[in-house]
Amino acid sequence: MRTAFLSLAAMMLLFLAALSPLPAAAQSDNPALAPHLAALDSRDFAAKGRAVEAIAQLDDPVVVPLLRTLGAGDLYRRKSDGLFFRAERDGRDYKLFDLQSGDLVETLSGSAVTRIIVNNSMRGQIDALLGSLTLRADDPAQRLAAARTIFEERDPATLPALESAIAAEDDDDIRALMETARAAILVADDGALTESRLEAVSVLRAMGGREAMVILKGASGDEAPAIAEAAAEGAAAIEQTMQLWGLGQNVWYGLSLGSVLLLAAIGLAITFGVMGVINMAHGELVMLGAYTTFAVQEVIRNSAPWLFDYSLLIAAPLAFAVVGLAGVAIERGVVRFLYGRPLETLLATWGISLILQQAVRSIFGPTNKEVGNPSWMTGGFELGYLTITYNRLWILVFALAVFAGLLALLKKTPAGLQMRAVTQNRAMASDLGVKSGFVDAMTFGLGAGVAGLAGVALSQIDNVSPNLGQGYIVDSFMVVVFGGAGNLWGALAGAFTLGIANKFLEPFSGAVLAKVLVLVFIIIFIQKRPRGLFPVKGRAAEN
Amino acid sequence: MTAKKVIGAALAGLVGYVGASAVALAQDTIKVGVLHSLSGTMAISETTLKDAMLMLIEEQNKKGGLLGKQLEPVVVDPASDWPLFAEKARELIEVEEVDVVFGCWTSVSRKSVLPVFEELNSLLFYPVQYEGEESQRNVFYTGAAPNQQAIPAVDYLAEVEGVERWVLAGTDYVYPRTTNKILETYLKAKGVADEDIMINYTPFGHSDWQTIVADIKEFGSAGKKTAVVSTINGDANVPFYKELGNQGIEASDIPVVAFSVGEEELAGIDTAPLVGHLAAWNYFMSVPTPENDAFIEAWHEFIGDDARVTNDPMEAHYIGFNMWAQAVEKAGTTDPDAVIDSIIGVSVPNLTGGYSAMMPNHHITKPVLIGEIQDDGQFATVYETPGLVVGDAWSDFLPDSKDLISDWRKPMECGNFNTATGKCGGMTSE
Repeated sequence: MRTAFLSLAAMMLLFLAALSPLPAAAQSDNPALAPHLAALDSRDFAAKGRAVEAIAQLDDPVVVPLLRTLGAGDLYRRKSDGLFFRAERDGRDYKLFDLQSGDLVETLSGSAVTRIIVNNSMRGQIDALLGSLTLRADDPAQRLAAARTIFEERDPATLPALESAIAAEDDDDIRALMETARAAILVADDGALTESRLEAVSVLRAMGGREAMVILKGASGDEAPAIAEAAAEGAAAIEQTMQLWGLGQNVWYGLSLGSVLLLAAIGLAITFGVMGVINMAHGELVMLGAYTTFAVQEVIRNSAPWLFDYSLLIAAPLAFAVVGLAGVAIERGVVRFLYGRPLETLLATWGISLILQQAVRSIFGPTNKEVGNPSWMTGGFELGYLTITYNRLWILVFALAVFAGLLALLKKTPAGLQMRAVTQNRAMASDLGVKSGFVDAMTFGLGAGVAGLAGVALSQIDNVSPNLGQGYIVDSFMVVVFGGAGNLWGALAGAFTLGIANKFLEPFSGAVLAKVLVLVFIIIFIQKRPRGLFPVKGRAAEN
Repeated sequence: MTAKKVIGAALAGLVGYVGASAVALAQDTIKVGVLHSLSGTMAISETTLKDAMLMLIEEQNKKGGLLGKQLEPVVVDPASDWPLFAEKARELIEVEEVDVVFGCWTSVSRKSVLPVFEELNSLLFYPVQYEGEESQRNVFYTGAAPNQQAIPAVDYLAEVEGVERWVLAGTDYVYPRTTNKILETYLKAKGVADEDIMINYTPFGHSDWQTIVADIKEFGSAGKKTAVVSTINGDANVPFYKELGNQGIEASDIPVVAFSVGEEELAGIDTAPLVGHLAAWNYFMSVPTPENDAFIEAWHEFIGDDARVTNDPMEAHYIGFNMWAQAVEKAGTTDPDAVIDSIIGVSVPNLTGGYSAMMPNHHITKPVLIGEIQDDGQFATVYETPGLVVGDAWSDFLPDSKDLISDWRKPMECGNFNTATGKCGGMTSE
């Protein structure tokens, strides 16, 4: 995150420098600016808003960088002489930069500067003002951003500037967006001609999407009946399309929840499903994987920040190894003495889970740890009218990859064959020369290692705290029991069924009731089919 | 042989001496109980409060203690287990014989220790914002009541940001449910229509927020300015905010005001996408007052880590501890009955540049601050109530409690006096 922020800051610097190639004039040179600047440094947000409005009217090269810095919350006032600078925090000190040239002026302690605080309303106002100020900028990206802001803010005062910008625009994409922005303003403008407003309605209707629907819905209460009718019709048409997309959205959310469940449960599908060990410490193994990710990121942050985007790729094998070893230790130290005694195993592993939790709490502290998202897992993109977030998408991909890898390992390799042999018939397997103790340890270690991998993924969407595992243990058992113990495909089907069912229930019943209903459904289902969706057939299933 | 005898005698003497000095020590100290979970789910929040209490006690001892005696902290761990809170409270009062207890975080833990404090007649200082609807003789509520947090926050959003449509989102337990009930009544009294209020509850530790955030987005697309009032409990907040950021909901579109998110909770999140979302508290670490600077410096020195943050419940303990110390000085004894009498009206400096006073209803006066999240994980104050707000034990916006008042001064001495019927005990405190 820090690298991203720094590079962003550096880009801003470059940008600011590019904006004003002339040597910077001292900011207090313009006498018209002074009283407004003074008003900025107060607690009265209404007065500040008026000052911002007034500053935007001035014709001065400092206006754009000043407003941009203010909107970003980086504007500071030097207490010694009352001049304004853009400042960056550097430990306890602040580095002051000239607003126009972007040159470093000096570094001061925190007590020598005051920060100019903006609130939400001011931020919106500044965005809108910057939008109209940068509509004619040379950089197409800036013009596009400006058109976008105007569309979002829909301030009628920007209309004249917008009209002239549309006339001068030669990029088709930008002009189209500008025209949509104009339509969005016109629809709500009582003073405009009815024909141009009706045309605006059809532009928005053609655009579609949630934002257009919002605007049209707003206009459907218009005083002019023709506009109101057209807008209501347009809104209804868009809404219908959106409902179809809503269905797709539920499926996507269900798949995404299912992938999280699958990741959490797949390690358990081995330790519980294949080996039959009721491993209550499974959640804590997941947590250990998340803390491994945290530790890796800490090292990277401190010694090699440029590697941050690869931190998860580095953490994944490490988490597999660390948690796998922990699993082997648990198996050799405790679980192997308790095979065939499920109650004792349950209690012993539950004890282990408490020990692990408290150990992590003592070492890392009880508070949440910040695990950053690499840049390729931040944000999302629009697929039609669906917002798909990158972190969920990658987790789905990762879950399927882990599943495929595990399946291949169990079905296609000699090690997998031995694992299956030992769990199906221990005595015969050891008669045939399989070292059953060793295989047990490896199998449990594998299940634990996969739990560690899940921890790496879950650290991206959940809290990394000692309690992380508790939230997943019940869900994991639910998936394995529902899917059918001993069958990886069962875990896959179980996880996605439960995920999608949950997400289709949630909009109607609320999150709490959805969880309850799913649980009730599983209880009833298990009554009918005690061995789950995909029971293992054959002799192994009988004992 | 004599040598052995000498040693034996010396040992006996030593034992006697140590024993005697232990007794003398016991008489010379005032014991302060600290009842915060150091393990289990709530350790995440409560461990910090334990440390804050130890720091306050240490500082008081440096100043010469109280009534000429040193203070001695007695720390127990109720392990986030609600019935264990009652057991540990009993242990503190009966076995350790503490004079006062500072502790609890969740409402259910407070409810579980209430009968113990009543039965054994001891004192509890409770430092966390809560749902109100309670006033007990032995308990002092130094956190915010709903009218010191929720209502000013809603007023701010309505007046400054022009919000007309409200999402009340909370974790499914007593604090969010009561607070939302109060807010719903309040909003409707202000003329907000039924269809402009959406109420949503989620289980503890909810981590899959996709559907709910999408619902909020849809609810917010009706053309009116929408805001989310969040009573989502600590741990579920991180995934909630992450989902908001990823789905592209910015504070300028749909601001979220939270009542359970403070500096400590933000420590686990990258706050850059959250800039502009709000929180309502009675204290922010960023408040620039000399008292606060001194407190933060002392805290960093005590804990040995400059990166640790301070938060609102810590300030509540700071206020509560100083109030108790002053009340003890005033009464000249730590006897609970005497302290309960002397503490009402006691006024001590808070960390935001003013004074907080203990009111007859065992709640305190506080300023209400609204802050916006900044990219460094701190809050910038964007609004502060002009004066102090008196904590209201019984909300005026719930039909069951609007006639109730609480006044523990003699001769009334009643936590739930019904002004309509003129009787004490208009409604049980449960």
